[in-house]
Order: sequence, then C-alpha cells, then structure tokens
Amino acid sequence: MTEGDGMATVELRFSALPEHVRTARLVAAAVARRAGVDEAVLDEVRLAVGEACSRAVGLHISNGVTAPVRVSLTEDEKKFSIEVGDEAPRAVTGHTAEGDAATADALSGDDAGAETDDEMGLAVISGLVDDVEVTSDETGGVIRMSWPTATASAVS
Amino acid sequence: MDLSLSTRTVGDRTVVEVGGEIDVYTAPKLREQLVELVNDGSYHLVVDMEGVDFLDSTGLGVLVGGLKRVRAHEGSLRLVCNQERILKIFRITGLTKVFPIHTSVDDAVTATD
Repeated sequence: MTEGDGMATVELRFSALPEHVRTARLVAAAVARRAGVDEAVLDEVRLAVGEACSRAVGLHISNGVTAPVRVSLTEDEKKFSIEVGDEAPRAVTGHTAEGDAATADALSGDDAGAETDDEMGLAVISGLVDDVEVTSDETGGVIRMSWPTATASAVS
Repeated sequence: MDLSLSTRTVGDRTVVEVGGEIDVYTAPKLREQLVELVNDGSYHLVVDMEGVDFLDSTGLGVLVGGLKRVRAHEGSLRLVCNQERILKIFRITGLTKVFPIHTSVDDAVTATD
C-alpha cells in the first residue's frame, strides 16, 4: 500500500487526558506545515484540532471510556485532512453547531460546565473550518476537517 | 506551555495578567484564580490577555463563567487584547458582544461604560 491509498500520513492515539491535547495540536500543526498548508492557516488548524481533541477527551472522561482518542492526519495532492475520533456512545446522529446559539446557551446556563464547553468547541470549529463534518452514533463520534494545501490553491 | 497568572490592583479594579496557553489542561487554573478573586470581594476584573499565546473554547468558557460570577455582584469583567488570532475566536463565537475588549490596561481600568 502506498500513500494516497487512504492511509493516514500520521496517526496518533493518546490517553483521554487534558495534558495530551497540546501534544496533538503540536503534531497536527507540524504535519500540516509539511503538507503545505498555508502558514496563515496553521493557527486555525492548531485551534480546530485542539477543540476536537478537547471535546473527545471530555466525552471519554464523562462517559468513563478508557479507550484512547484517535487522531489521523492525512495529506493528499489537494488537501490536508484531520479526523478526530472518540468512542463515547450516544444515541444522536449528526450534529452541527451555530456560534450564536452556542454562545446564548453558554450564557443562559448556570455555569460554564462541560456541556457548554462542548458546544462552544463545536462553534469554534464550525466558525473556523469551511470543510467540516461532525458525526456520531452508538459506537462514538468523528470530526472530519480539511484544508487546501498550497499546491492545490496554486493550480486552482 | 504552562499558564502564568499574576494579579495587581489598580484603583477599584483587579488586573489579572495571563500568559501562555489557555486550553483544556490549563483553564482550570484560570477558573480557580477568578473564583478566588470574586470570593475575596474583587468584582471589577480586567483580564490582560496580551501575553496569551493560545486560547480555546475551554478558556472562553472560563471567562464566561467569570463574567457571570462578577455580574452576580454587579461587577464587571473587561478584557485587554490586541492579538488578531485571539480576537478572532471571540468574534466567531459571538463573544465580542458579551465582553468589553480594550486595547490597553490603562483603557480598561478607566472605562466606565
């Protein structure tokens, strides 16, 4: 199997602990830079992957899931993709967040708890990333995001 | 990588100078600091974010929590920030409408509106 056959360029699995989220951000930014993602967008990649990982860590902790959080970073000719997967089961399928709605929820709640952080995290991701997909089912959830690489924007 | 916090009093305001990264790991430290200040009777807070390298939604949640605490005592929570990448996070979450954001600590400690 060669690169481009759907195999991730770099894969990361880490224990669902807050202290490891920074490591995931650093690795994602380094691989994105190497893949040719524009320097100006690297901050967004760092923030978005951090939000996705924080959310996954929070879901694992609150659901008592001992499995690691998965991050796969894939570089192809036109884009750089990140998938962050958790194994926290939930009944809902498909979920998107709107920034203002999440903010209103955060302010109306009694305290800035895990749930509002979760919604605000999704609001940040959807505000930052044009190409994003959030899915979940009874086995867990996945956030898929992608950014164009410099070579792609040069030819288009 | 870590979060640095220092506080000082300017008139009736308490300035909290934050440095480093505010994320899911470090945000609880900031939350503790804000809770402690409010419990000690400091209801007019200025959070100086000029030394912040990274801020995520967990950090936003802590700031919103701090705002709610000071508002319960008719207090205020003002931010100082000139960094575009940090300001952007406040904008996309709609929080620029919630927090007064100032360009300098001097401006924030004298603001009354």
